[in-house]
Amino acid sequence: MVTDIFSQPLFGVGLTLLVYALAQLLYARTRSMLLTPVAFSIIAIILLLLVFDIPYASYAKGGRYVLFMLGPSVVALALPLYKRHREIAARKRPILLGILAGVFASVASASGVAWFLGGSPAVVRSLGPKSVTTPIAIGIVEKIGGIPELTAALVVLTGCIGAICGPEFCRLIGIRSVAATGLAVGTASHGIGTARMLAVDRFGGAVAGLAIGLNGLASAILVPLLFALF
Amino acid sequence: MKDLSGLSLGLGILLALQFVGELVSTGFSLPVPGNVIGMALLLLLLHLNVVKVYWIEAAVELLLSHMALFFVPAGVGVMVYFDLIRSEWLPIAVGTVASTFVVMAVTGWVAEKLEPEEAGHGD
Repeated sequence: MVTDIFSQPLFGVGLTLLVYALAQLLYARTRSMLLTPVAFSIIAIILLLLVFDIPYASYAKGGRYVLFMLGPSVVALALPLYKRHREIAARKRPILLGILAGVFASVASASGVAWFLGGSPAVVRSLGPKSVTTPIAIGIVEKIGGIPELTAALVVLTGCIGAICGPEFCRLIGIRSVAATGLAVGTASHGIGTARMLAVDRFGGAVAGLAIGLNGLASAILVPLLFALF
Repeated sequence: MKDLSGLSLGLGILLALQFVGELVSTGFSLPVPGNVIGMALLLLLLHLNVVKVYWIEAAVELLLSHMALFFVPAGVGVMVYFDLIRSEWLPIAVGTVASTFVVMAVTGWVAEKLEPEEAGHGD
């Protein structure tokens, strides 16, 4: 009967909150990229579930309540966009062209590298929309004939890379503007990168949030077209 | 108490707009998810001054300062697909990592080059 306890939402919600709180504490103490809270929490929870042999389905019963909050959070991104709308309107060209360039670069590099390294056609296609926010990425991959589950997993991995070192990488390659950094992190790493960008700079986070929507919109139209060409 | 009522009004507005967004998304079978449509709707309502900033401010602050937390269960879900990833791990891993950095560099450089001269930097 002990196992039933793990199947209550209480378990998944409690575990997620406690591990995340611990991750935030460790990150505040060390400032180490390896301890970026979202990535650390994901890895720690997976390890805990594997070690104690708790099925993912039991964890997900509570996990889905935490995940539920993501929906209104995306809607909430409208407020920082509204507050800084003058600065955004002044950057229409860099924002639109930056995202468009990112969409082409994403498909070319992700699917190109996977194809070059001998990936199967289904895998090559599954990598195509991996920088797009999950619900849109799933729609695209179903259209172009990849594996939706694989794409969903790669979207999360892509997001974690941007969250761990996106702002740092941008600084390293000489990008100084906060708007350009936010746009880069949001276009490459969608919501998970945006969450990190919000912690670095509110305006940068707002631009990243805008990039989630615009990248999704552009990709929904362009990615299936690009794959139809090859 | 003022904060508490502000929080429930704000969360209620955000959820209602997400709901309308979902309705529009499924109703017209659009490729854009309901929450992104909800974001566009909220932006419009703020511009039209139908929704006031102070109604939603507390809820928005609460959600945006915890956004990374809400992604954790989605990330844990990756464990279900370990076998799928393991079967072709090299092209998948290299393609995913390389392309994330390529996109950040390309988008960042294009945006930085076109950045307006007089535009100030963020906070």
